[in-house]
Amino acid sequence: MAYKVVRTKLTFAEKIYLPAVLAGLGITIKHFFRVLTGKKKETMQYPEERWDSHLPEHYRGAPTLVKDEHGKERCVACQLCEFICPPRAITIKPGEIPEDDRWRKVEKFPEEFEIDMIRCIYCGLCEEVCPEQAIFLRKDYAITGLTRAEMVHDKKRLYELGGVMTGLVFKWNEKK
Amino acid sequence: MSEPAPLLNVQIDGVWHQFPKGTRVIEACARAGKFVPRYCYHPKLSSPGNCRMCLIEMGMPKMGPDRKPELGSDGKPVINWIPRPQISCAQDIAEGMGVKTDSPLVQECRHGVMEFLLINHPLDCPICDQAGECELQEFSVQYGNGGSRFREEKVKKPKHVVLGPRVTLDDERCILCSRCIRFMKEIAKDDVLGFASRGSHTYLTAHPGRVLDSNYSLNTVDICPVGALTSTDFRFKMRVWFLKETKSICTSCATGCNTIVGSRQNVIYRQTPRENDDVNSAWMCDYGRLNFHFVNSKDRLNEPQIRSGSTLENVNWNTAFGRAVEELKRYQPDEIAVIGSGRMTNEELWLTKKLIDGLKVTHYDIVPRTGEADDLLLNTDRNPNTNGAKLLGVSSDEPGVKLRRIIDGVSSGQIKAVIALHEDLTQAGLSAPSLEQLGALIVVGILPNETTKRATILLPGVSFAEKRGTMINAKGRLQRLNRAIQSPGNAHEDWEILRDLVQQLTGENGVYLIEDVFKQMAENVPQFEGLSISKVGDLGVRLLGVAEAAPA
Repeated sequence: MAYKVVRTKLTFAEKIYLPAVLAGLGITIKHFFRVLTGKKKETMQYPEERWDSHLPEHYRGAPTLVKDEHGKERCVACQLCEFICPPRAITIKPGEIPEDDRWRKVEKFPEEFEIDMIRCIYCGLCEEVCPEQAIFLRKDYAITGLTRAEMVHDKKRLYELGGVMTGLVFKWNEKK
Repeated sequence: MSEPAPLLNVQIDGVWHQFPKGTRVIEACARAGKFVPRYCYHPKLSSPGNCRMCLIEMGMPKMGPDRKPELGSDGKPVINWIPRPQISCAQDIAEGMGVKTDSPLVQECRHGVMEFLLINHPLDCPICDQAGECELQEFSVQYGNGGSRFREEKVKKPKHVVLGPRVTLDDERCILCSRCIRFMKEIAKDDVLGFASRGSHTYLTAHPGRVLDSNYSLNTVDICPVGALTSTDFRFKMRVWFLKETKSICTSCATGCNTIVGSRQNVIYRQTPRENDDVNSAWMCDYGRLNFHFVNSKDRLNEPQIRSGSTLENVNWNTAFGRAVEELKRYQPDEIAVIGSGRMTNEELWLTKKLIDGLKVTHYDIVPRTGEADDLLLNTDRNPNTNGAKLLGVSSDEPGVKLRRIIDGVSSGQIKAVIALHEDLTQAGLSAPSLEQLGALIVVGILPNETTKRATILLPGVSFAEKRGTMINAKGRLQRLNRAIQSPGNAHEDWEILRDLVQQLTGENGVYLIEDVFKQMAENVPQFEGLSISKVGDLGVRLLGVAEAAPA
């Protein structure tokens, strides 16, 4: 069906464009003078000044592993993050929890857990897919290293960055 | 041949089909494209009908006063539906039967059964090894409810139960389908498993004083629809969704069970049976199934080596072949022996025969390998391709007869050069000192052993999982091996090694693909006429003799 587009009638000032251009220029000049007179500062002096305090709650920094309130590692090596990871940055070697361990009933733990931070794209799918709430993207964004090997975060490093997260899943707390 | 069973008319979800008499209702539905979920039913086992997952609505033709079915306006019988649901696994089809596989009643039944099954089932899929191939997971998504209404404590049952040397049981995950019990009783003929206790406390266990140590115990792990029975060998090693599945055959005995090799990133994690009613039904023995760990060995031979003094040094393939030809040319044909292997493929044996003919060697044989057979699958002959070696002329009708003469020849010093293909000669009856006396010992192998240590030229070949090729099993069936993983280091496929040797010795034009090798065989060996590797297919073709019926 034919449809007639109704266009707004433009005034002469709008048609010649110039007032709008001048108004924009005015804003630029206003900011220029405010910076010049020291009333406003736009440049952040990194690394002396950092984003850290400005980061929002949902900021996606480096993926890390967390332990629970008992100091037990939450990860059970289900390898779902390894599966979902788009750049295939995660490598897990699953293992069985030994007979005499307090958390024997959990059965499985990651013998090795590596995230290659050169590959990681900070997408957060690993955090989203984790059924045990063991992997979280924390606020660390300055992940650097001098060698490729250094950029592969192993289990120790991941727990260092991750720390403890309490009060999430309680499914292992029930008596068994 | 017995008479084919008469066809019966069955109405499934409103459409009339014909199936032979004696077909189970559940099978008829599956063949009509209406899959009915099941846990306890297994096509190779009896039907106890205890899981209740396969409930359907069923009806029989409405009979008139004359005991003839009343016909509807479409000329088909009118069906009288039974008001209650029926199980479809323990019922054969009947003439004029009607089945509804997706009616509101059936859907409600499935919801209910799923809810009951999940009441005491732990929700630890992230840990459970079955996740990804778990029927409870699959049917729960397809037919179950979203959440659970069960708020009480779940029943606790034994975990990590070591049922036998190769099987670990988690009783909490068991849904009491009894497939494993029936397998051990009906197929393995070792009635060792059973249920103990009552009600929701029922649990699976081995009979007191018995262990599940049958050579077929791991089949119970395959048929377990949930993660209750797990293979101790595979447990917690790798999630199943990562495994690349390659159709292949087992090379541990002459039965040649069809298998699926599960590998990831060039590591084999497990071998499982693949259904082939002409060979292994749906089963395989534990011995064959677990006989793959050597492939992942860290000691694998990676580089061609030649002897210099007391050590072997790495060289490239051309140097190794050059040296091999040089050594072989030093000897007369009757001073050379070729020892092949019944573990080689037909293609490799064909090229071995070419090597034998090219060198005009008269001393050649394969090493026989025997073991105790059982009534089910395991064969006395532990070489998977003895029939191939016989057919292609690398072995006489009785493998090992010529080998004895070779052993005598080596001990007496009459034989001065030996080409050993995938066999440890010290295991075949030759003494280590006599091997050291040899002027040339050309060895193709994959793992270091007493023979490779004494080789003058060592050529790294590949294992069964790293090559393509065909083998002929004990019943004369031609079957195909497929490549699951890549060969380690600088190792070459055996047919390439043999081709290059033949080429260097005789100057014959080479073949470039394994298909070409098979083509040569098809042109020269009448039994292979008209065949190609792709025509062998996943289930193989009957080549020699008469196939016997497969066990159950």
